[in-house]
Amino acid sequence: MEQLICKNLKLGYENITLAEDLSFSVEKGDYLCIVGENGAGKSTLMRTLLRLQKPLAGTIEYNDNLTASSIGYLPQQTIIQKDFPASVYEVVLSGCQNSLGWHLFYSKEDRAKVLKNMERLGITDYAKRCYRELSGGQQQRVLLARALCATEKMLLLDEPVAGLDPLVTNEMYELIDKLNGEGITVIMISHDIACSVKYAKHVLHLGNEFFFGTVEDYRHSPAGSKYLEGGGHHH
Amino acid sequence: MAYPFVRYALIVGVLIALCSSLLGVILVMKRFSYIGDGLSHVAFGAMAIAAVIGLTDRMALTLPITILCAILLLWSGQNAKIKGDAAIAMISVGALAFGYLLMNVFPASSNIAGDVCSSLFGSTKILTLTKVEVILSIVLSIVVVVLFIALYNRFFAVTFDESFAQAVGTKTKLLNFVIATIIAVIVVLAMNLVGSLLVSALVIFPALSSMRIFKSFKSVTVFSAVLSVFCALLGIILSILFETPVGSTIVITDIVAFGICCLVGAVKK
Repeated sequence: MEQLICKNLKLGYENITLAEDLSFSVEKGDYLCIVGENGAGKSTLMRTLLRLQKPLAGTIEYNDNLTASSIGYLPQQTIIQKDFPASVYEVVLSGCQNSLGWHLFYSKEDRAKVLKNMERLGITDYAKRCYRELSGGQQQRVLLARALCATEKMLLLDEPVAGLDPLVTNEMYELIDKLNGEGITVIMISHDIACSVKYAKHVLHLGNEFFFGTVEDYRHSPAGSKYLEGGGHHH
Repeated sequence: MAYPFVRYALIVGVLIALCSSLLGVILVMKRFSYIGDGLSHVAFGAMAIAAVIGLTDRMALTLPITILCAILLLWSGQNAKIKGDAAIAMISVGALAFGYLLMNVFPASSNIAGDVCSSLFGSTKILTLTKVEVILSIVLSIVVVVLFIALYNRFFAVTFDESFAQAVGTKTKLLNFVIATIIAVIVVLAMNLVGSLLVSALVIFPALSSMRIFKSFKSVTVFSAVLSVFCALLGIILSILFETPVGSTIVITDIVAFGICCLVGAVKK
């Protein structure tokens, strides 16, 4: 079943067009990797899918009871977060915002969901630790747990392994793969083409050479073969 | 305690200290520490206008003008040509100059220097509050505290990660408006206690002290409220005992508390 259908999207800001005529769809349980040069509109596409900004043209259709606010989003870390005085539990709990509605405080179900997702990502032991005292990989797990509290269906990950060392990067990929295996659709922006191709099912390549299709087709496409030859570390 | 003015001073002092500390953490984390300072200068300018017109209830004018500027500053922060700190500096210095000019051109009393000094540093103002001002302060403080508790979870979410909050459908723009308005109310209230130049100290110090020791948002917020109230009480009492200016005495107490918290934090590690 198609959860997300984008037709003829045109992305950018008032006077700058970053990408034009994008059409693609995402199936339930899919693992889509968005790759491309810096400035090709990867983050803008993600912000547009989340309704944080409007597309200049085109339509986005959400199916399967999916709405923009029931997508779990893992944004890139901000400087503010790096020294924020908050416990891990508080951060994960803030993932339940979309179930607050008109309520002022989080419900028992929300708190149960937090415990479940902390368990799922193996961060239960840190619940009372201060977020700013964790390592980069641990912080990403916390933010991933927060994203899981916001969704049952789809995760949008904006460079989830940026700044992590190789070992932790692998763990992160395995973790995301495991979540995908549990039926959660994954859309991920990545600079790390080699790994993207290893785990993803579909690839969306933005930039001069547009590509959308399966990983296998991507390997043989002009855009893909060029990037993969570059050792997968194109920045 | 026998004198009503001391009682008023203590009640208002405690409430203002409580309110100003609540938003401290949010302002520090959002890199808005100087907004309080900028707004207090705006409030000073508005105060001068009120004095020139001869308004007896000066808050009636200073409050709306300050709220308006707060909203303008936060709004412009998102999509203006003049960015964040420059906009704050511009508005705050402009208002200060404008206010001082007004006070000199249309002197409301013979003692201009005294008027200016008491607006800037609070001097003995807290001890000369009228009953109306006391009631207004109490009402506004209660509104601020209730709003803060009611929106606590959303405030946390929007401060920690605005993009995420917006993505999951939280109304971040509206919340930023509410935060701006609350800051403005706190600034106008706190001017009565410590004067416009020292308002920021009241907002920032308890939060910074608390962040030295505590690790969760909730404990940081609760402790900074407690600390702020304690320092305000101590400061007011000390200033009465030693006949020192109320505002600066409270701020010095806050600074000493910050020093102690730094030490405690270092030992804990």
